[in-house]
Amino acid sequence: MGEPLLAVAGLTKRFGGLLATDQVSLSIPEGELHAIIGPNGAGKTTVIAQLAGEIRPDSGAIRFSGEDIVSLPAFVRSARGLARSFQITSVFREFTALENIALAVQAHAGHSFRFWRPARIDRALLGPASEILERVNLAARAGDPAAILSHGEKRALEIAMALATGPRLLLLDEPMAGMGPEDSAQMVRLLAKLKRDLTIVLIEHDMDAVFALADCVTVLVYGRVIATGKPDAIRANHDVRQAYLGADEVG
Amino acid sequence: MKLARRTTATVIGLVLLAAIPLASAFFGQPFYVDLFTRIMIFAIAALSLDLILGYGGMVSFGHATYLGIGAYSVGILSFYGINDGFVQFGLAIGASALVAFLIGAISLRTSGVYFIMITLAFSQMIYFLSVSVNTYGGDDGLNIRMHSGFAKLIDLDDPVTLYFLVLAILTLFLLIGYRIVESRFGMVIRGAKSNARRMAAIGFPIFRYQLTAFVISGAMCGVAGALLANLTLFVSPSIMHWTRSGEIMVMVILGGMGSLLGPVLGAVAYLVLEHGLSSVTAHWQAVLGPILLFVVLFAKRGIIGLAAGARMETGHG
Repeated sequence: MGEPLLAVAGLTKRFGGLLATDQVSLSIPEGELHAIIGPNGAGKTTVIAQLAGEIRPDSGAIRFSGEDIVSLPAFVRSARGLARSFQITSVFREFTALENIALAVQAHAGHSFRFWRPARIDRALLGPASEILERVNLAARAGDPAAILSHGEKRALEIAMALATGPRLLLLDEPMAGMGPEDSAQMVRLLAKLKRDLTIVLIEHDMDAVFALADCVTVLVYGRVIATGKPDAIRANHDVRQAYLGADEVG
Repeated sequence: MKLARRTTATVIGLVLLAAIPLASAFFGQPFYVDLFTRIMIFAIAALSLDLILGYGGMVSFGHATYLGIGAYSVGILSFYGINDGFVQFGLAIGASALVAFLIGAISLRTSGVYFIMITLAFSQMIYFLSVSVNTYGGDDGLNIRMHSGFAKLIDLDDPVTLYFLVLAILTLFLLIGYRIVESRFGMVIRGAKSNARRMAAIGFPIFRYQLTAFVISGAMCGVAGALLANLTLFVSPSIMHWTRSGEIMVMVILGGMGSLLGPVLGAVAYLVLEHGLSSVTAHWQAVLGPILLFVVLFAKRGIIGLAAGARMETGHG
């Protein structure tokens, strides 16, 4: 087998005295759904932000599809096929659901130095955008401003925006954050569907979802990888139970 | 339907403005032609600021700089005997675009309060530069001997001709503004105002788009400056004093940010109030202040928001 789609080696990030990411290494082959779990404050989101290009690591290497991307800004990484979603819903509240997606499509449809034709009636944007809304079951809300969507719908829109950039790798930061059981179940179904065509890095607190979906799990504690392996092996791992799952069982 | 309403409001406003020279001739008050020429020039400046402030979220606190650069372009060329309007307006656009490019390229690397402070600092630098250059009158300003000449096409010696030129440019810029904010480009700068981090994450290099918007806005304001020079036949540093930048911003906020038509109404309201109140009392600002406070506190979307809100209520009733 060739090089993995995403290869991270020795990733380290310090915020003042806090070691947020400590020598993190990951190897994610094409087609895998790789979950990163860990207690609150373990530095999961910081890892995602470094992979997406929002935070520059102090040291370490990130190779995506064979290319060193560590010094590329976020928008260039997006063009290479990396897309992220946010833990705190980060949609354009005053735009409609369809406009949100159309804007993400637009980002990858050539330059935007087009000043005259209204974007709202641009079929080249609206066509693909409608398809994506369909894929995440939001077609019925296409014309509604993002601000008035329900929490579950906003979370789906959040994923849809990442999808609309046509990624090869999806970085999902707690897609089920704040969801009730019904919305969570729907999100698991959506992710299971996406998993067939995409490589996914998933941060999630919902352990049922993680173990239902993941091909491989990495456990992060205080910025360090303490275990990585198949879900069953992780479940059985003593250190992990001690550091993380154990606490859950007690609580 | 919202679009149709905006178009109707714009057309009514422009028709009313077109009727002013006739009305002022009818009532024998030629002064109103000058007043409304001035108002429309500031309306152009305000709408150019709204493009980056209301839609792009770029709080440029130095917009009068471009007004000054446009006016000085006319003044300085005229000083050297170049009175061709195409050259003068060409320089006004080019110079203000260039200065906006330089100021924007540096300021846009910051955001929030720092952006406001840097744009203000640059405008103060250019203000003091204009004060210190004695060749062009320094603090006392520069008299302009004649209006911009456009071959035999347009004769700006006639105040009514100047009035209609300003009205035509205001109309053109409103049309351009409406198209820009709805275009792909417009969606990018609006998206960047709403959530810059998300814009980068979905793949937009937002800096270059914001800078382009900043340059377009500066160039539009430069045209307003060149028109102002033709109205007053005089240019002095006071045209780009920081309080002038503040006035333009007040017009935008008073009229309603992010609507383009709002700032035009804001310019009308501000300058009509200023004119009306200053004829009653020398302390007109003491009256204007509370009015502005009222608008900011109770009508956050400005005059245009009040108008839309009132219509909505009658619609429900």
